[in-house]
Amino acid sequence: MNELQELYREVILDHNRQPRNFGKLENADRVVDGVNPLCGDRMTLYVNLDGEQVSDIRFTGTGCAISVASSSLMTEKAKGHSIDELRTLFDRVHEMLTGNGAEVDMDLDELDKLAALSGVRAYPTRVKCATLAWHALIGAISGSRDRISTE
Amino acid sequence: MSAVSDVASSVRPAGIAARRADFPALHQQVNGKPLAYLDSAASAQRPQAVIDAMVAHERRNHANVHRGVHQLSQRATDAYESAREKVSKYINASGSDEIIFTRGTTESINLVASSFGKMRLRPGDEVLITWMEHHSNIVPWQMICEQTGARLVAAPITNAGELDLEAFHRLLNDCTRIVAVAHVSNALGTINPVQDIIEAARKAGAAVLLDGAQATPHMRIDVQALDCDFYALSGHKTFGPTGIGVLYGKRALLDAMPPWQGGGEMIRTVTFEETTYNALPYKFEAGTQNITAAVGLGAALDYLSGIDYEDMARHEADLLDYATERLLELPGIRLIGTAAAKAGVVSFTLGDIHAHDLGTVVDMEGVAIRTGHHCAMPVMEHFGIPATARASFALYNDRGDVDQLVTGLNRAAELFL
Repeated sequence: MNELQELYREVILDHNRQPRNFGKLENADRVVDGVNPLCGDRMTLYVNLDGEQVSDIRFTGTGCAISVASSSLMTEKAKGHSIDELRTLFDRVHEMLTGNGAEVDMDLDELDKLAALSGVRAYPTRVKCATLAWHALIGAISGSRDRISTE
Repeated sequence: MSAVSDVASSVRPAGIAARRADFPALHQQVNGKPLAYLDSAASAQRPQAVIDAMVAHERRNHANVHRGVHQLSQRATDAYESAREKVSKYINASGSDEIIFTRGTTESINLVASSFGKMRLRPGDEVLITWMEHHSNIVPWQMICEQTGARLVAAPITNAGELDLEAFHRLLNDCTRIVAVAHVSNALGTINPVQDIIEAARKAGAAVLLDGAQATPHMRIDVQALDCDFYALSGHKTFGPTGIGVLYGKRALLDAMPPWQGGGEMIRTVTFEETTYNALPYKFEAGTQNITAAVGLGAALDYLSGIDYEDMARHEADLLDYATERLLELPGIRLIGTAAAKAGVVSFTLGDIHAHDLGTVVDMEGVAIRTGHHCAMPVMEHFGIPATARASFALYNDRGDVDQLVTGLNRAAELFL
């Protein structure tokens, strides 16, 4: 795998071309706007909760391939999980994306398809593109009304 | 032997090869490829002569300037003031007291907005800028307008990225006190018809500031011929170091303006009751300035004075034409900024590939370009796009750099389109 394929893995290219759960969720329980001022990536995340569980989740917005694919992968993963599970997952994803360039000492299996984003680690300027969706998710499940910003 | 040099010269014209040799940063591999540096509009590389001048100053001559009676202070003062002389000559000011050292173009514009703006603007007055300004020629005016009750007015641009002159003339009126315009647009490359703008502003009784950050690396500036009131320029965009810039202002205006920062150097006498201010240009240079950077800027201007500007302009125009032609071969390309008069800047989008993805992919080919809104969000808004990729050229670039960019863009197209 060359460097380019290591960053833009097939899963990422696929989710960028055809983002899953893309579109507005009418009458959503939680709506959060996320921006990455550095890149101009912006997304709106819509979340429906069934008690403590994410029952439906969709997003709209524009951004680079990394941010669109990360949003798509995140929504795919989040659906059906509880708020507590998602907080733990956020920590794991964050660790994977920011693990200071060295081999990350973690089992990526549980992250499933999300592991496709691990190549971003080598590109510090692009990490925020990948974390935006996750920050928006945490904002949504925490009931934040503020706009979420990566800066 | 001759065969080898023939091959080399067919790839790189002899003159350019020699010029490239002056810039050490150009000669390195990035991601395993030779560096193609196409980001000079953000910051140009420095010739060895600039680096040497700064090192020599740091090693032997560093001391604080002015008022020191010792040898090193005298040497530092001479070097600093000689840099000011060089700037003055380079832009043909009427004297070096019209040259104020600042941290950069942004600080130069802030100085004028804070000092001249505060002195001149009253409620109902207008400051006229354009839609193609860099944020640094928007925000300082917004801030001073808020403080003074004046109004900020922006003249629109056309779809080619040219100033809509008709609209500009319509918006210029009796209430316009200041006209602040980019000499060359950083996001679009458009060279503005500054002579017309200055003439019209003069008739309307407005003062004119030109943001010259993108102009000085490409063309000779003569502030007296232009007859502008203020001209702001950048050290690091003109092949000098960061942390130094220049504000040129007409002596009569600078004399009338209040100081904008207080401190050492800018005073004549201080008592607790009253302070009297120093003469120009020191009135506007509070505190110890970036002396070494000023020396570096002086060396950069020395370097440029050895360049044939007509030759450079021809070379850059050829490069711009070549880049435009090569880019237009790519399916899905959209050029942003197609003004008839352009400096060495090509802004573009490619299909629906996001500019940051383009930037990352071409970086892997060793190509440095800038991606994003280029601190000109109103320009992006005008064209209905979030960002562009921008390749910018300087006197050391050649067609090989453009070819490398096109290779990178083809790779991006294969991956994403």
